[in-house]
Amino acid sequence: MMPISAVDGTTAVGVLASTTAFDVITTRHAYVAFALLLCTGLYVLIASPNLVKKIIGLNLFQTAIFLLFVTSGYVEGGSIPIVYPDAAGGPYVSPLPHVIVLTAIVVGVSLTAVGLALCLRIYDEYGTLRVDTLRELLREEGTLPAGSEAGGRTSDANGGESRE
Amino acid sequence: MSEILLPLAVAVPIVAATLPIAAGRRFDAIGWPVAALTTTAVVAMAGTVAREVYGTGPFDHELGGYAPPIGIELVADEFSAAVFLLVALVSAATLVFARVVGPHRNTFYSAYLLLTGGLVGVSLTGDLFNLFVFLEIVGLTTYALIAADRSGVSAYASLKYLVVGTVGASLYLTGVGYVFLATGTLNMADVSTQLQAVGYTDPLVQTGYALIAVGFALKMALFPVHTWQPDAYQRAPDAVTTVVAALVSTVSAYALLRVSYSVFTVDFLAANDAITTGILVVSGVSILAGSALAAMQSDLKRMFAYSSVAQFGLIAATVGIATETALLGGIVHLIGHGLLKFGLFLGIGLLAAGYGTRHVADLASLARDAPIAAGSLAVLSLALVGIPPSIGFLGKWYVALGAVQAGGTTGGIAGVAIAAVVFVSTLFTLAYVARVLERLYFAGVDRSIPVVHDIGAVPDGGRSGRLPVAPLVVLVVTAIAAVGLGFAGAGFESLLDPFLTEVFT
Repeated sequence: MMPISAVDGTTAVGVLASTTAFDVITTRHAYVAFALLLCTGLYVLIASPNLVKKIIGLNLFQTAIFLLFVTSGYVEGGSIPIVYPDAAGGPYVSPLPHVIVLTAIVVGVSLTAVGLALCLRIYDEYGTLRVDTLRELLREEGTLPAGSEAGGRTSDANGGESRE
Repeated sequence: MSEILLPLAVAVPIVAATLPIAAGRRFDAIGWPVAALTTTAVVAMAGTVAREVYGTGPFDHELGGYAPPIGIELVADEFSAAVFLLVALVSAATLVFARVVGPHRNTFYSAYLLLTGGLVGVSLTGDLFNLFVFLEIVGLTTYALIAADRSGVSAYASLKYLVVGTVGASLYLTGVGYVFLATGTLNMADVSTQLQAVGYTDPLVQTGYALIAVGFALKMALFPVHTWQPDAYQRAPDAVTTVVAALVSTVSAYALLRVSYSVFTVDFLAANDAITTGILVVSGVSILAGSALAAMQSDLKRMFAYSSVAQFGLIAATVGIATETALLGGIVHLIGHGLLKFGLFLGIGLLAAGYGTRHVADLASLARDAPIAAGSLAVLSLALVGIPPSIGFLGKWYVALGAVQAGGTTGGIAGVAIAAVVFVSTLFTLAYVARVLERLYFAGVDRSIPVVHDIGAVPDGGRSGRLPVAPLVVLVVTAIAAVGLGFAGAGFESLLDPFLTEVFT
């Protein structure tokens, strides 16, 4: 394992502790971008009533994490880690985070595919992708308990009480 | 020799998952035989691995011949072998039930095998990033399986799970990223030694662990973030609920215990009071809220889904308590809860297939028509309450004992509070289980007069009024095992002792 990322990471913390916010933004912009992207993604995920936009938020959230990993492998002045037999060159950027991100992207793409497939089925069945409209429809259908936002806080509307 | 079984146990189900789709072009019902054959093979591998581990000790396999810490390794130790065995047995046994109630499509069995492969992977991997990949394989296939009946409601439940589950896995990945920044390695054993050098109170490490713990809390459905779970369990087809409730959250809880104890170690937990206190509060609330919510449900699957929230709170609490007895209790309860939930959802699913029972009220005097299924269900529910002798009692006992011990040695009230919470939640559990038993046995309804059902959802197979034999046998065996393992307290202790000693030294 290359110790570079470890050095980079721990000094990053030391630097963060001893500098002003302005310095952080100018010298560690990739980490700032990571935090911003993460929060934006999470906000879209929570705040948007549209299911597809929620999935877009999820993608943004995951992309932020990819950025974190890629940044962690960066070495000042490092070149692409392709080592030729004569082994000159270097320093190289750490290749491990890139491989990890590649795998994580594949995972993210499959998740998006499954999520969009589920969205399609919901749209086919209910004709809407808005969560609030969907909740109303489900409530009318009787599959979601009336008056409960999160679902299941009270016993179900189609529960057994009436038939006891 | 048996090292090669570790990668095989992961690869065989995943490769076999392609067969039902490929062969499905020529044969109609090829999915079930392929799945049955594969899971049987996985059971055999799990048995061999377990015998090797408990006989001669832990072993690992370096994937592709690359030595760790750069290469990925698969590890079978006392803890992972137990989870591996549970995963193998439950995924094979659920197929017996799936054959009767469906879904019968070939693609369903492809997803099912992928799920098995992912679950085995989570239980065996020794690499933090590899764990993420397997968690996501488990997650993806679970989302697909929950929506397997192709209805809009189950798709919505599944999407809800997908969003929450992905956020959980992503938070875990972010935490791993932080740990990677701090240590520069991803191999679990190596991270645990590197962390010692970095220091347990390093903010990067603390944040990393916090993100990982929150990620797993989402995946395990602890109280404030549990809302996806009852919907997912209720709307999924019965066979899917059986396997998902028994295994999916279980392996996430396994991963939490593994990362907390084997990677971050007890020293980290001891050095960070704020984190352990946070975990104790969340899991305590989870135990109480889960039990209380379960007692309020009338839908059977929903009731036992909320009960899982409480039980996983109990397992998560062992991370906060961090004593040897508590960890033993956590492991025993992890295995026991998986077994009990498998049996309970199998029993509920069977009764639903035979009699169309979806709610507590529908169960009225069913014990007269289905004495064996009702009896097994009763035994399993009482085991869930924690009535000795049963595996449910054993797990709860060790957790509570560990909590009291921790409270006694440190003089803190946290341990005693957790023990009290366990006691109160046992009463709640008794409350909802008693409702089920009362309906089953003492409702006083004459069942010779046909009962008119007004539920829309007719389960596959209709209401034949007869229960299929093969799943019934599985149910009875599970009930017997749940009671029989209750006598195995000393056995668990001696089998897991090497792992516990390693963690606590």
